[in-house]
Amino acid sequence: MLKNKKLAGAVVSEKTNIPNKKIEENGLPGIRMESRDLTVKYGTVTGVKNISLPICNEKVTALIGPSGCGKTTFLRSLNRMHDITRNATVSGEVLLDGRNIYHPKVNPVDIRRKVGIIFQKPTPFPTMSIFNNVVAGLKLVGIKNKKLLNEVCERALKQAALFDEVKDRLNSPGGSLSGGQQQRLSIARALAIEPEVILMDEPTSSLDPQSSSKIEDLIHELKKNYAIVIVTHNLQQAGRVSDNTGFFYLGELVEFGETEKIYTNPANKRTEEYLTGKFG
Amino acid sequence: MIMKDKQKEGISKKPLGIIYRWLGDRIFFTLAFALGLTIIVLSVSMAWVLSDESSLAFKEFGIGGFLTGTTWNPGVGLKFGALPFILGTMVTSVAALAIAFLPAIAIGIFIAEYAPKWIGSIIDNLIHLIAAIPSVVVGIWGIFAFAPWMRESVYIPVFNWTANNWPSLLPVLGNPMGYGIATATIILALMIIPFTTVLTRDAISKVPREQREAAWALGATRWEVIRMAVLPYARGGILAGVMLSFGRAIGETMAVAMLIGNKNTLPFTIIGPAATMPSVIINEFREAVGSLHVSSLMGIGLVLFVISLTVNLIAAYITRKLSATGGQLV
Amino acid sequence: MKNFSEHKTLWQRNLWDRFMVALLTFSTIMVMLPLLIIIGYVVVNGISALNWDLFTQELGSPARAMQGKSTGLIHTMLGTAVVDLLAIIIAAPVGLGAGIMLSEYPDHKLNPILRVINDTLNGMPAILKGLLAFALIVKPMGTFSGLSGGFALAFVMIPIIARSTESALMSIPWSIREAGLAIGLPRWRVVLSTVMPAARTGLVTGFLIAFARAAGEAAPLMFTSFGNNYLPNHWTGMILGPVDTLPQRLYSLAISPYKEWHELGWAAGIVLLGFVVTLFIIARMLTREKNYD
Repeated sequence: MLKNKKLAGAVVSEKTNIPNKKIEENGLPGIRMESRDLTVKYGTVTGVKNISLPICNEKVTALIGPSGCGKTTFLRSLNRMHDITRNATVSGEVLLDGRNIYHPKVNPVDIRRKVGIIFQKPTPFPTMSIFNNVVAGLKLVGIKNKKLLNEVCERALKQAALFDEVKDRLNSPGGSLSGGQQQRLSIARALAIEPEVILMDEPTSSLDPQSSSKIEDLIHELKKNYAIVIVTHNLQQAGRVSDNTGFFYLGELVEFGETEKIYTNPANKRTEEYLTGKFG
Repeated sequence: MIMKDKQKEGISKKPLGIIYRWLGDRIFFTLAFALGLTIIVLSVSMAWVLSDESSLAFKEFGIGGFLTGTTWNPGVGLKFGALPFILGTMVTSVAALAIAFLPAIAIGIFIAEYAPKWIGSIIDNLIHLIAAIPSVVVGIWGIFAFAPWMRESVYIPVFNWTANNWPSLLPVLGNPMGYGIATATIILALMIIPFTTVLTRDAISKVPREQREAAWALGATRWEVIRMAVLPYARGGILAGVMLSFGRAIGETMAVAMLIGNKNTLPFTIIGPAATMPSVIINEFREAVGSLHVSSLMGIGLVLFVISLTVNLIAAYITRKLSATGGQLV
Repeated sequence: MKNFSEHKTLWQRNLWDRFMVALLTFSTIMVMLPLLIIIGYVVVNGISALNWDLFTQELGSPARAMQGKSTGLIHTMLGTAVVDLLAIIIAAPVGLGAGIMLSEYPDHKLNPILRVINDTLNGMPAILKGLLAFALIVKPMGTFSGLSGGFALAFVMIPIIARSTESALMSIPWSIREAGLAIGLPRWRVVLSTVMPAARTGLVTGFLIAFARAAGEAAPLMFTSFGNNYLPNHWTGMILGPVDTLPQRLYSLAISPYKEWHELGWAAGIVLLGFVVTLFIIARMLTREKNYD
């Protein structure tokens, strides 16, 4: 608890205009997050079992596999979203910067601010303005400085490649945007609180191809500063955007490695079958 | 069942079947249409009957005169003005709503968001059950238990204290009979709380899971999730529910008639007796003999109708405008 | 490194969260308590006022009770049964038909306005429905009657049944209707033999809820079925003449100046409460069963 409180309170800095260079500062250049023997159960049904998987800085990690294989379950365990699901239990460890996020003294609220998540469906708060949507996470922690909020909003919207499209109507409601814009708004909202890791749960599956490719470009941009985990059904997409790939099947991690290697020369027969479209 | 359907299908392939199908569908639709229309006719005839029956009173006193008249005297003089009852209804309903709506919304949130599932479902069932208690049953408790208790332990001490310390306020406070505006208002508040709670809960349960998760994902605490994602999304439904509860309070008849003390003349006092539109109709309609008296009571019914109609239409408007989209009306 | 500092610490925010839990729990308890006290009070007083005479004797004049002779409410209970049954007989077809109209012809021009008017009628004070029945039935008949009471309560039931029928039928997936139409069934057959049986639990629940709501209403009955201290000489008197009903009798007993009648009032209260609550619990249990399917 102490450690965390310190972290929440102590990451106080002067405003700087330097883009996020958090990688060096927090040490451990390679692995940012790591799951160890992670098992998630819903009641007695096992969602995923014994997953050990590293998530690296400046890399996109793609999780692929047939529906119901546990990709999303695993992803949601990385920022403790299962805490709000009735009867879900998690065992094993997830390390973020070397500390177990499932340690009983760690507050999930704190973890979720460090590990952002983008959902399948765009989820702007429909009654809030675009501006308020973006800074919603900042307002939670009591930031009221209008100038600072404006800066953060602009930066986040720019990072999410949405700024030019909405800069003239920051006060119109979040629900008034198109589907693709709404998804980028959700991304901007997650970026505004400056997480360390970004999780994406099939972020393009409810979007048209054009919006999807915009999001993919965005992922390329974002990985310069963040560790990204993306769950996708779209194998081409996983191949295009990711550096590492994990293949899930029936709740287990079958294979994990560099995307190129997995796509060209999978070690496991199931992976090969899945990638060549024999099932799934 | 399937067997029977298959047989019918067989019939329908014969030439006769075409008539059977066409005519059957025709009759079925016409019936449904006519029965639907019956509801509209009923509502319209309610408006028509009330205005027709009250025309005598409105002719006698004029619309403005009837609405603003402060004298209600069926005995001598035969003067009828509706203002005391309009005021009585408005004061009790607004006050009851003011008392009821925060606790009701709090219970709604508690059941839907905070309570463990089993506690939530127990309270939910209880609230539904309480909402089903007939008004007269609440009324009998009010008459024999609540009003006497209020008189002994609240009104009389307050009255004595005021008489000693602030005698000039006595005319505002009124007589501590136990039956009066304050008692009726509290009972009214208790009666609409379950109703508002149920509607609040319904509105909250319509908030999509994604909205909640989005707030969780931003690192919100449970209360912040409610404040940020749940309440804004549900506010249309909640507001419509509050409006409907207000309509309930306005039309609530029996318990109020039993507890308000039935005093037909202004001025009303805080704890002293008064009357509302429904209570005066209940009390006098059975015994009304003169046609002007009956017509005036119908006139009060018409006023009640118009107010209820307005409140209900506003609720319908809010539901349509605000909750369908989660509240685009910023 | 973050570009902003967090003004509220996690600890503060958690404290606020805890405070809200406490506040909400507290207000829930504070409100539930008096409501439960009402039920408890009525049950305790009502049960102690129950006796056998209640179900076998008629009320008679106040003198009868004051002289200590046995009085009861048998005429009231029979009257309630008659009036409530009349009401459901009148209301069921109308509510059902309107509900079918709303759910099975969703694109019809009438429906948006029908829905609004139905909801408005539902929100109208029950006393106005009594006035309507008075003007439509009592005045032409020239006498207060069980029939007019039945109509008044039917006006209470109709919008509830229409609404619940609509939502019960709507809960049946549209594909089931299309499957029926696809094998060549006419539309009315699809609705009557496929959709309605599938939705029957919801339909019955709606009827029960409407019935329970109307059975507790006193206001519409005060000047329609009016009330009666005696059993009528002939059973038709229940329909064509003034007749007693529980809610209205309860009111009359409670505001009467006789102590003996107040006792009877409590008894009437527990009978009415028991009746309404039983109907209601059956309806709730049906709903739950439906959810498990």
